[in-house]
Amino acid sequence: MTRNRTPGAASAAGLFSRLRGWGGVAAMAVGCVLAVLFVLLPVRSGGPADGSVGRGGPGIADATHTKAEKCEEPERSLRPSADDGETVKDIKTRKDKPNKLIVGVDLNSFLWGFRNPSTGKLEGFDIDLVRAIAQDIMGDPDDVIFRAVPTNQRVPAIQSGQVDMIVRAMTITCDRAKDVAFSTAYFRTGQQLLVPDGSKITGYDGSLQGKKLCSASGSTALTELKKESHGADISTTVPNQLDCLVRLQLGEVDAVVTDSALAAGQAAQDPTVSLKGETFTEEYYGVAMHKEATDLVRRVNQVLEDYRKNGWQTSYKKWLADDLKDIDGPPPAKYVTD
Amino acid sequence: MPERRSAWAEAQERLRAAATTEPGRLRIIGAVLAVLVVTFGACTAWQMSDRSAAADDVLHRSQPLSADAAEIYRSLADANTAAASGFLAGGQEPAEVRERYRDDIAMASRKLAEAATNTRGSTGSQSSIAQITKLNALLPTYAERVETARTYNRQGLPLGGAYLRSANALMQQEMLPAAKRLYDAERERLDADYDDARSYPWAAIAVGVLALAVLVWAQRRNYQRTNRVFNHGLVTATAAATVVLLWLVAGHSVAYGSLNESYDQGVKSLNALNSARISTLQARSSENLTLVARGSVTVPDGPNAGKDAYDIDYQQRMRELGDFTDGQVRGSLDAARELADDETGSARVSEAVDAVKEWQKRHKAARAADTEGNYDLALDRVIGEDNPTGESFDQVDEALRKALAHEKADFQQAAEDGRGAMTGLPVGAASLALLGATGAVLGIGRRLSEYR
Repeated sequence: MTRNRTPGAASAAGLFSRLRGWGGVAAMAVGCVLAVLFVLLPVRSGGPADGSVGRGGPGIADATHTKAEKCEEPERSLRPSADDGETVKDIKTRKDKPNKLIVGVDLNSFLWGFRNPSTGKLEGFDIDLVRAIAQDIMGDPDDVIFRAVPTNQRVPAIQSGQVDMIVRAMTITCDRAKDVAFSTAYFRTGQQLLVPDGSKITGYDGSLQGKKLCSASGSTALTELKKESHGADISTTVPNQLDCLVRLQLGEVDAVVTDSALAAGQAAQDPTVSLKGETFTEEYYGVAMHKEATDLVRRVNQVLEDYRKNGWQTSYKKWLADDLKDIDGPPPAKYVTD
Repeated sequence: MPERRSAWAEAQERLRAAATTEPGRLRIIGAVLAVLVVTFGACTAWQMSDRSAAADDVLHRSQPLSADAAEIYRSLADANTAAASGFLAGGQEPAEVRERYRDDIAMASRKLAEAATNTRGSTGSQSSIAQITKLNALLPTYAERVETARTYNRQGLPLGGAYLRSANALMQQEMLPAAKRLYDAERERLDADYDDARSYPWAAIAVGVLALAVLVWAQRRNYQRTNRVFNHGLVTATAAATVVLLWLVAGHSVAYGSLNESYDQGVKSLNALNSARISTLQARSSENLTLVARGSVTVPDGPNAGKDAYDIDYQQRMRELGDFTDGQVRGSLDAARELADDETGSARVSEAVDAVKEWQKRHKAARAADTEGNYDLALDRVIGEDNPTGESFDQVDEALRKALAHEKADFQQAAEDGRGAMTGLPVGAASLALLGATGAVLGIGRRLSEYR
């Protein structure tokens, strides 16, 4: 099932949203049936008007999932499938764009997606995953066009069809899940503190009293800090999380708050800073794709199924293990029931 | 007090008594004439030496100071551009880019030291001194961040880019505005010196006309009483006063004309060209930084929200240059073209305009490569071999540099002409006035002797 929003599904979800437990499950089943009926009616959400990539045909089987409206576990994704769907076929045969996988990545995120200036090549954990996906879908790990997509352009880039997918340390959130479809989670992270060696800060707790913290404007870190700052001065915000490390090195702030994955990237660039305390949120990274490219989502989930067993550990050890310890393995895949 | 009053009264009485006899009247007339002619000479000498000094200040103080301020402004902007270019090249930073950066920093710090010495003690320079102090304090911080950026970049760490962006922010948000305020203050001072040099010597002219009128009246009175047409002394005095007055009016008019020319054709052009040069430097920095930041910095809000902040800045700087459509002055390069007054000047500005157009075309190609995700091609189109925008930028910079040199020579020529027109006027006026006064006194003395 996709998370297509139809007016019918919305009203059905609203009707049953207050039901819990077995009642809720029964209600959900009824909701699904209702939703299928609604999908059969000629009332559909508008697809992209332009010739964008990644448009999978919304068949009857791809009925709306009522749980999308409640959004308790946005990291639940569609069941995997190794078939070449419509979107995959389109990528291989399209005329208006290269017959390569077009992937939005970061070029500035150390360990995740960055350009090695000495080789000019892209490297990182995200890049490894992109290669694995390309290998499976296109048959060649190099059949990829990388596009640098700024953080706040990730969703628009997918919606406009500028890219087939985004693999860019992108957190799966309910908000984003309204606009794009996510694969299953490929990495678990959470907000954490990055402090210089010898700092008295012990974590996201009372030791922050009176300390100056740096976070990226518009980030989850800032949102969390606004909810609970533990008496810290959180007025320092910067355009990019890496700017926080500059501030930290210049002595303008006492600690940086960002998610542990990106913090690891910072720690790897400065041996005198390290992650401190527990992560105080739970977040998952996923591959983002067009909402209607359900076949591509299933295909990527299939790639991830295999990647978790073979590839993930190697990449983790290569890039992250030094700075991001205590991780046993990839987060388990969670699927929606369909 | 009573004694003094009586002395004053006594003098008045004597004067009244003197005015009743012809010799007494002649003495009074002689004294008034002498005083008037001497005053005229003194007034002329004083007002014209003021104007001459102001013209001298234009040439040797305020224009060089404003040129120095422009040079500080330019070398800072240029250093920032060179730093970003070198950074993009990474480990293979070309030696000439590195050298350019080093020269710029050295130039900025030398000119700042000079400016600090030259502005000290002069009036109205509090703001200038504040800007110089600020720039002196920030320059080492800036250089330090650039070096840190370079070091990290050589290790292949993205942190280098973050440092370069922070150095750029320091330059764009703190240093260049301070350098601009310094430049503006020096320009205001130059304008003030111009105003002083060009102001009309009304007092001297008024006294001169009055002295001549009294001389004519005295001679007419003389003629009516003695039937003698010429009194040699008074004729000499009249001739001297006339020469001084004509010299004064003619000399000042010529100087005024030349100074106007130097201002309109020199200073205005220099201002427009300097602005254009700074804008192109800033456009180039932002173009480079677009590739350094790689989309990691976007405009937070407003109509351009979400777009690349550095690319938006590039477009803004290009708009500052103008759109080069005919007859419309929208930017500094439009203005420079409008103000270019001779063939060489126009040719240089046209060269710059053509190079800017080519630059914009190439920039589009580079951006297209970048937005398509072909970073290496984009890099090649900005600092590499594939018709790089850097080539166009160099052409613009060179054309503007030549245009500036040309306009500066124009300015100097005209301003020197203006100052030249006033040369000798103070001394000449003073000598002639003395001659005239002597003539007047002798002429009256000759008449007086007839009463003995």
